[in-house]
Amino acid sequence: MWVKSLHLSDFRSYAALDITFEGGVNCLVGSNGQGKTNVIEAIGYLATLQSHRVASDAPLVRLGADHAVIGAVVSHEDRHMSVEIQINAGRANRAKLNRTPVTRVRDIVGVLRTVVFSPEDLSLVKGDPGERRNFLDELLTLRTPRIAGLRADVDRVLKQRNALLKSAAATGMSQSAADTALAVWDEQYALHAAELLHERVHLLQQLQPLVADRYRHVAGDVGLDVAMRYQSSVAGTDDHTPGPDEMTAWTPMHWQQRLLEQLRVHRRQELARAVTVVGPHRDEIALSIAGMPARAFLSHGESWSLALSLRLASYDLLVGDDIAPVLILDDVFAELDDVRRAHLVDAVTSATQSFITAAVEHDIPAQLHARRYVVTKGQVSDVRPQ
Amino acid sequence: MYEGIVQDLIDELGRLPGVGPKSAQRIAFHILAADPVDVLRLADTLRQVKDQVRFCEVCGNVAQEQQCRICRDPRRDVSILCVVEEPKDVVAIEKTREFRGKYHVLGGAISPIDGIGPDDLRIRELMARLADTTVTEVILATDPNLEGEATATYLARLIAPMGLTVSRLASGLPVGGDLEYADEVTLGRAFAGRRALS
Ligand SMILES: Nc1ncnc2c1ncn2[C@@H]1O[C@H](COP(=O)(O)OP(=O)(O)OP(=O)(O)O)[C@@H](O)[C@H]1O
Ligand SMILES: [Mg+2]
Ligand SMILES: [Zn+2]
Repeated sequence: MWVKSLHLSDFRSYAALDITFEGGVNCLVGSNGQGKTNVIEAIGYLATLQSHRVASDAPLVRLGADHAVIGAVVSHEDRHMSVEIQINAGRANRAKLNRTPVTRVRDIVGVLRTVVFSPEDLSLVKGDPGERRNFLDELLTLRTPRIAGLRADVDRVLKQRNALLKSAAATGMSQSAADTALAVWDEQYALHAAELLHERVHLLQQLQPLVADRYRHVAGDVGLDVAMRYQSSVAGTDDHTPGPDEMTAWTPMHWQQRLLEQLRVHRRQELARAVTVVGPHRDEIALSIAGMPARAFLSHGESWSLALSLRLASYDLLVGDDIAPVLILDDVFAELDDVRRAHLVDAVTSATQSFITAAVEHDIPAQLHARRYVVTKGQVSDVRPQ
Repeated sequence: MYEGIVQDLIDELGRLPGVGPKSAQRIAFHILAADPVDVLRLADTLRQVKDQVRFCEVCGNVAQEQQCRICRDPRRDVSILCVVEEPKDVVAIEKTREFRGKYHVLGGAISPIDGIGPDDLRIRELMARLADTTVTEVILATDPNLEGEATATYLARLIAPMGLTVSRLASGLPVGGDLEYADEVTLGRAFAGRRALS
């Protein structure tokens, strides 16, 4: 699938923009603050209905304007679809598919699919475990929409359970009274959390070899051993920590029993601290290269390469599912050495369509054949290849 | 902020469920501009509702007498009891015309976030109704969300030792829902959670 044309009005720094793209590599070049990221942010928003850099819609609407519009024509196997969203900060957004308004904005999700790598992704390697859990959960949701409902349920049960733990602590409830009151919430929690754990571990099993491949390729070192391990607050017992294969073999029912068991073990601690201390919200996806924990040991360029590999592996996985998404890499070359830049060229040229931004022209490897666009002050002009 | 009583009106309206500050303001100014006769009729209705409508002493449904219309109806099957959260659920189920038994309205669902525990619901009254042998089957028709599920689980455990038939409404797609209009999250979950029928 690929984006044939893009229309923006009052989006970020763009009052009005109409631009056409081609399959293959599209490079957006321009100095800092000229509007490169704004363009790829718009494309990403059309795919996911959220920005990759801000949580709310308000900053997306051009200062002083009432609403923003992002529209695109998306091509897939010679069929064209037009998709458009109107972003109304503070009010409900509206969307159109082939010029016809849709009842629910979410109906346009799936028309365009993207995988975005941006400098913010460095936190996938360097940030808190929550960043990595979120990465995994978002990829799950992209592949299986019902996971969105599951995640919402897990969050909601956790809130209910924590509220109960808090009131039990505040009223000095006896352990047996607390056990009775917690019983139904433990059951609901175990039911939903177990399913999420099961899904996460399975996804990781599929993703791990793809990430390892991508990293070895970018780094140009075939001997490198990249590991991703799911460290669960639920799985282990005092005398046994299950390995990845063992955890992958567990059914949701098995996870459920493990979780209920862990809740029993931690009951006293949970009542004392008035929070739920075991479950999917406490887990970590431990990344390491050649046996060294990534977060603490990797250099800046290596961390960047690993974060990039996580996104490229997500791309590979989605390609394997069905339709190749559009690959978007923001400022990707900036932090890589010449060797790694050169290795990345293969990755982006093999995609049906990719977008790459760069602030400096000569950061782009010479061997990359791409259509160039120059971005200056909210204008994008197309530079015909010589 | 508006002057005294106008702001009071906006604040009162804003306390109603589903009414945000903007709507509260809009309704308030509508009332200010409206014909006094219309507004007094509304005020009168509000007062009458609070004076005359009460809750059925048997099932907890809204009633104009001590017992509601359904509890007084001798044609209804006393052996089946349907447990719901709110009076509006009784109305919804009555519309289906599928159920000819009696109801028990809990007055909500267990929700620690809102400070609602089992003792805040009409569960003691329910257990009292089940104490003799009149009721032989209980249908738990709490909402198909987490709080509804938790409440149903809690009740099922409490009732289990009494040896009654207990069932739970099938959940997933809303009753009468059209597949075409179910969003991908709901439909996906309905698929994943499908049950064998034979
Ligand atoms: N809502 C908005 N209204 C008007 N201008 C905005 C809005 N949001 C962002 N901008 C402007 O857009 C510009 C940033 O654009 P963008 O992030 O695309 O830059 P960039 O070309 O990617 O730069 P860099 O190379 O530094 O990453 C800033 O000058 C900012 O002031
Ligand atoms: Mg940028
Ligand atoms: Zn009644």
